[in-house]
Amino acid sequence: MRLRRLVVLAAVAGPALALWARHRRGSAAERVTLGYADGSAVTLAAGSPGAERLLALARALVDPRA
Amino acid sequence: MDAAAALADLTQVSSQIEAAAVFDESGALLASTPADGTRGRVLVEGARSLLAAAAAVRREGAPTVVRVEAALREGSVFVVSEGPLAIVAVTAPEPTSGLVVYDLRTCLRAVAAPAEKPKRRRKKADDAAS
Repeated sequence: MRLRRLVVLAAVAGPALALWARHRRGSAAERVTLGYADGSAVTLAAGSPGAERLLALARALVDPRA
Repeated sequence: MDAAAALADLTQVSSQIEAAAVFDESGALLASTPADGTRGRVLVEGARSLLAAAAAVRREGAPTVVRVEAALREGSVFVVSEGPLAIVAVTAPEPTSGLVVYDLRTCLRAVAAPAEKPKRRRKKADDAAS
């Protein structure tokens, strides 16, 4: 009985967890790196101030139909 | 080197690059690949907007922004400027960033390099004697 409950739980929660992990991985991958003339650089993760505008501009170039 | 030839070399060595355009500081399009003027101009306008937006978010007193790399799920955008020239490139998702930036810089330097003059042939001594 207990095993059956576990199997049902895994069947329900598994796909949801996989979707969540995929979404999280995708969001984390979105970032902007700015390189300066002195050789230094700074990386702005998606959601940080300034990054969203830059990512939106970049998105328009990657997919001009968007 | 001619900008179009430099871009042709670039796409030959870097299979990750899907589209690219070389432009100058005034925003004039020098060459693009694919050689579609409309797409090239869109790339240049977008690159200039990216550089302007990047300059707006840079920290106080920071030097000029010379490179913008935007990584998206759908692909990446690179803008590299060097002197009066700049290049923008769109790549497939998760490119090898360091390699792409190196290739873009190499392309810009090839465009900036003065054209090689044909070597003057020196007359042989025996030609002069006759």
